[in-house]
Amino acid sequence: MAYTWDFNFLLSVGPLLLKGLVNTIKLWAVALSCGLAIGLAMGLCRTAPSAILRGIGTVYVESIRNTPGLVQLIWIFYALPIVTGLQSSAWLAATVSLSLYTGAYSTEIYRAGIASVEAGQWEAARALGFGYGNQMRYVVLPQALMRMIPAFGNRAIELAKATTLASTIAFGELLYTAKTIAEDQLRPLETYTAVTLIFTAILLPLSYACIWLERRVARNNGGAHHE
Amino acid sequence: MSEVLRLEGLTKSYGKAPVLKGIDLTVNRGETVCVVGASGSGKSTLLRCINFLGYPTAGRIYLEGKLIGREVTDRAGAKSMRYKEAELCAVRAHVGMVFQQFNLFPHMTVEENVMIAPIKIRGLSKAEAKERAAVHLQRVGISEKATAFPGQLSGGQQQRVAIARALAMEPAIMLFDEATSALDPELVGEVLLAMRRLAQEGTTMLVVTHELGFAYNVARRVVFLHEGTIHEEGTPEQVLVNPTKPRTQDFLRGVTTFRMPEPKLAPADPSNRGE
Repeated sequence: MAYTWDFNFLLSVGPLLLKGLVNTIKLWAVALSCGLAIGLAMGLCRTAPSAILRGIGTVYVESIRNTPGLVQLIWIFYALPIVTGLQSSAWLAATVSLSLYTGAYSTEIYRAGIASVEAGQWEAARALGFGYGNQMRYVVLPQALMRMIPAFGNRAIELAKATTLASTIAFGELLYTAKTIAEDQLRPLETYTAVTLIFTAILLPLSYACIWLERRVARNNGGAHHE
Repeated sequence: MSEVLRLEGLTKSYGKAPVLKGIDLTVNRGETVCVVGASGSGKSTLLRCINFLGYPTAGRIYLEGKLIGREVTDRAGAKSMRYKEAELCAVRAHVGMVFQQFNLFPHMTVEENVMIAPIKIRGLSKAEAKERAAVHLQRVGISEKATAFPGQLSGGQQQRVAIARALAMEPAIMLFDEATSALDPELVGEVLLAMRRLAQEGTTMLVVTHELGFAYNVARRVVFLHEGTIHEEGTPEQVLVNPTKPRTQDFLRGVTTFRMPEPKLAPADPSNRGE
């Protein structure tokens, strides 16, 4: 082995890496919140009685799911200023594109979750006098959300990894920060190793939390339907 | 005696297949009417049409004397009914329905199951709804489970909660769609007892059931449905013990070998006959 590993310089660039990490977490949190909100709205469209609403949901989901996330990001980065007149910024392009991306996948989670609620639940609510919106709000959605939690957890993990796409448009998240450090220090191996370890340290506990949640939800459903 | 529900020529078809072929039926206040008949005779469809979980193809439904929907005549002169969803929601809120599969809301406690509709639809306060839930849970004998979740209850207990949930809306009529058919045999009795108690308290009930003993002992009138028509109708004695129509006789011969009392046997509770 000719290469001598040296991690010492990382101490001096620690604050820089931390700043990158904070940006990653910011991007992750905003895109996740927006994505889940978009997903809820579009998921309700996808399952709506109205064919027009269902159509809107389908077009959204299919157009996002069938293009690469990286292409969307780059396209939005260059197209957003022209379409909206907003000043281009890497932060804006990254949050918008990752929100849309997460939104499309969570739309499908909402749709599947809503579809998984038994027809009898809708009927019982309907028979009590609830209209469609209230059947959804008080009876179907709360049950569906419980079943969706593990899937949302997996989505959150996927999104955390997808935030690194933003490095391509020079948004100063963890990977982009690492790239600048690696070039500056001429220590790419150590720097990217550090990035890998940081992601693992954050996502591994999240993954286990998801598995735990999945088991819990499965158990709860089993309990609710033991008859 | 005031009329709660009147059906006139109620017809329901799925595509070209007719399931109900013109049902005329009146249920008066305080009366328990049982609907019996073979599977596929249209019993459940009949109940589902009454609270519009399924839409009738033709015919009129009057609830407390008021025609539901609006009759329109098309260019060819054919009459049909138009319904507004808001009106149907109001109708359903005044018609209690108990399902074969209970369909309790598993994410709510027993008490919350019973409180939700009075709060959200009738506009009761939480305290009022809680009080009302306690009353109706008491009526079906399940007060002690108020804070349990449905998943923790037996089928019989769940079904009694479902009955309380419907009662809490103080409906004009209660519909029971084979309320005991999904239960283990040893749990049927507790549900039937609760239903009998309601009948004795003067609840207006239309009960689709396979429990002929219940029909015999509790119903004021029994309706025998056959291939989407009312084949025979009358007192429990007339229909279940001394049927005159061959189809009714066939049906009873098939199911009553071990269940029906002998014709000479008196009803278990004569004070409940209402005659």
